[in-house]
Amino acid sequence: MSIELRNIRKTFGDFVALDNINLRVATGELLALLGLSGSGKTTLLRIIAGLETPDAGEVLFHGADATTRSVRDRNVGFVFQHYALFKHMTVFDNVAFGLRVKPRVERPVEAEIARRVHKLLTLVQLDFLADRYPSQLSGGQRQRVALARTLAVEPKVLLLDEPFGALDAKVRQELRRWLKRLHEEIKITSVFVTHDQEEALELANRVVVMNNGRIEQIGTPEEVYHRPATAFVHNFLGNVNLFHGRIENGKVYLGDTAVDVDRAHASASGNGKAVLALRPHLIEIITRPNGKPSFPATVISVNPAGPQVKVELVAEWGDAVQVDVGHERFDELAIAPGARVFLRPKEEKLFVYQI
Amino acid sequence: MKRHRVLPGFGLTIGWTMFYLSIVVLVPLSTIFLKATSLSWTEFCVDVLAPRTIAAYKLSFGASTAGAFVDSIFGFVVAWTLVRYEFPLRRLVDVLIDLPFALPTSVAGITLTALYAENGWLGRWFTPFGLKVAFTPLGITVAMAFVGLPFIVRTIQPVLEDLEPEYEEAAATLGAGRLQTFRRVIFPTLLPALLTGFALAFARALGEYGSVVFISGNMPFRTEVVPLLIMSKLEQFDYPGATAIAVVMLAISFTILLGINGLQKWAGRRLMAS
Amino acid sequence: MAARRPDVPRATADPPAVRRALIAIALTFLALFLFIPLIAVFAEALGKGVGQYFAAITSSESLAAIRLTLMTAAIAVPLNVSFGLTAAWAIARFEFPGKQLLITVIDLPFSVSPVIAGMLFVLLLGIRTPIGGWLDDHNVRIIFAEPGIVLATIFVTFPFAARELIPIMQSVGSEEEQAAIVLGASGWQSFLRVTIPNVKWGLLYGMVLCNSRAMGEFGAVSVVSGHIRGHTNTMPLYVEILYNDYQFAAAFAVSSLLTMLAVATLVAKYFLERRVAPQVRLAAENQDVMEAAA
Repeated sequence: MSIELRNIRKTFGDFVALDNINLRVATGELLALLGLSGSGKTTLLRIIAGLETPDAGEVLFHGADATTRSVRDRNVGFVFQHYALFKHMTVFDNVAFGLRVKPRVERPVEAEIARRVHKLLTLVQLDFLADRYPSQLSGGQRQRVALARTLAVEPKVLLLDEPFGALDAKVRQELRRWLKRLHEEIKITSVFVTHDQEEALELANRVVVMNNGRIEQIGTPEEVYHRPATAFVHNFLGNVNLFHGRIENGKVYLGDTAVDVDRAHASASGNGKAVLALRPHLIEIITRPNGKPSFPATVISVNPAGPQVKVELVAEWGDAVQVDVGHERFDELAIAPGARVFLRPKEEKLFVYQI
Repeated sequence: MKRHRVLPGFGLTIGWTMFYLSIVVLVPLSTIFLKATSLSWTEFCVDVLAPRTIAAYKLSFGASTAGAFVDSIFGFVVAWTLVRYEFPLRRLVDVLIDLPFALPTSVAGITLTALYAENGWLGRWFTPFGLKVAFTPLGITVAMAFVGLPFIVRTIQPVLEDLEPEYEEAAATLGAGRLQTFRRVIFPTLLPALLTGFALAFARALGEYGSVVFISGNMPFRTEVVPLLIMSKLEQFDYPGATAIAVVMLAISFTILLGINGLQKWAGRRLMAS
Repeated sequence: MAARRPDVPRATADPPAVRRALIAIALTFLALFLFIPLIAVFAEALGKGVGQYFAAITSSESLAAIRLTLMTAAIAVPLNVSFGLTAAWAIARFEFPGKQLLITVIDLPFSVSPVIAGMLFVLLLGIRTPIGGWLDDHNVRIIFAEPGIVLATIFVTFPFAARELIPIMQSVGSEEEQAAIVLGASGWQSFLRVTIPNVKWGLLYGMVLCNSRAMGEFGAVSVVSGHIRGHTNTMPLYVEILYNDYQFAAAFAVSSLLTMLAVATLVAKYFLERRVAPQVRLAAENQDVMEAAA
């Protein structure tokens, strides 16, 4: 089932949680809502579920207006961040819950419920824990029980709020891969909320980057990572150096250094303030200017621990800069704190955002 | 288990604690059991199994159960209302719930008696139906319900406040209606607290003296609860008889206390782990 | 602007009709059960006029009862509070075998019927017991005299301070005290300057509850008082005597003083709880986080 959001707005008192949100989720898609806490991503997910009502705008399920449809009638599955497993029920009873509360005419007989519950528990590889209580399970197991419970009512849409947020790193990796396989298997339209860019990029078909109640960019993981639409997205997805400069007559000036804009990836025209974004591994350190645009900087510190050498510098005009250099190149350069060097953007990956 | 003690004062504080506890609680409590052992088995049984005693126990248990039951129903509604809804004077009502804890029992006793007497403010509404409240088991139940109410409200209230909305939301997304959510999710979560509150209210009612003595009328076999029976034996200097009955009462009270502790451990194991 | 959409009921909201019905039930019940008795005390007390009211509460017997009540509380409260502090210190700061049992035993007096509580002291110190007889030979009377009333009151109010202070001291933790010791404070200095300020609201709360019960206790002191008029009556006992004498207005006049005390206790409780509860709750949450991390 497809989901469409039109001009959604939601405020809590004076706080604008969501402003003018428009989004389409295609059938069978696995979509990530990515953002910092307070960006409105969870509120948006709760609006899709019907747990919150938008102040303005519409929610359409499969083209039909569902804005005023109650939670019960939306047929959405919602996995809560802390799972919200019913503590007084066994794993089996938790999963059976949705089937047992169905109206009498739709409710399967107990034998059928048992069959379906065991099938789901087998799907999430937890059938051997059917008689346990949630308090006796590990975090990862609870997560999978919560998913099985949600799938039991055969929802048309699956919504997950920070599905791996409460788990430790190793379990998170495993579950992420497992969830991706599961999605490929059952192909249910899914939306999940996360603040972890790696998780969003690895798992989702498309990523929605949110900031301060607005959508910054919608795109495939590749698009949002390699062609970020805004400085925020660029900064949020991976390390980046942001330089504040200005645009004059088609050239970007960082201090006194001019950089040709037509070589820049993002379009920038006219005059005014601009932000230049450079990823640390897309800057080259050279010891003397070689005719191409570069700017002077002073080495502050060097950290050779790790696959790449992290060099911290300060540009002539005062901005801090981080550059990642390969160990071989670093040995060639033979630089130490205090050294004066030049930084050259690797041309084809130059991003300029006007502000 | 043993660790180096950085902080001083263990010897002093545990010493004073044990000394004071012994003098004030343990020695007096052991006296009654000591006294009981001086009774012969037949003496003991004669007092404990006397028809008047049995009648008092029946009345005490019956009225305490009824009182705690009334409290459970209304206390639940009150706690629910205080936690879930906004209404005028909510704060004031919340503060007033503890009135039965704070009001001296003799004051509660004479007030309830005056209110529920045949011509009292409340008693007169029962008279046309031929119902007498004061000086009947019904009056005793009213007094017991009065003293027990805060136990129910105050045990349910914090659990209800801590109940995260996401459990109810989860139930709703799974298709449960409001009533189903209450019956299958909310109520079972509150049940341990409700049972604890019931046990506390029941135990308090069982031992209650001050609020009951005035409204009961103290008629042997009819409106004499166990604490009143003990009192009348003491007034007649029948110490062996009073001791025998009191020991049984204490045994029951301590059993309830143990039961409550067990209940809370069970609930804690099952429900508290998140 | 689009027309206002119909309200969608939140998943956790009850239907308005249910809400209104439950509020009505709760308020009606509480009105009958709590409000009306509260008002009735004052109505009955003033039933025979203000003059009679003041005459009743300023009679010499009434004043004697007030004096004894205040004296009893003045002895019982400090003793039990000092016990509460030391017990809380021992329990919250140290590990020792039998700790859980100790906590349970401290609560025991709550589950003893007041009548039995009074009876314990009659059996222990009554004139026909060995100790009571020996004391009587030396002209010391405890039972059917003031010391008995004080003892019985100490027993029934025994747990109040301790059960407030133990959880607070446990939840506040001992880090600050250890820091004080490391900085060179003596144990006593650390206690006065760090511990007491940290638990002061809980301490006050315990005192208020302890005092309320000490002044209001009826059953236990009734057993040990011997009902000697004008001599061994506390206010709650004096209420009974007046009532049994059919001096209803006077009984309610004295009751009204105790009721004012009860209301003052409730108000104090309300303000103190708001200071104590967040402290305990916050600490409990921190502990949860630490346990989850471990």
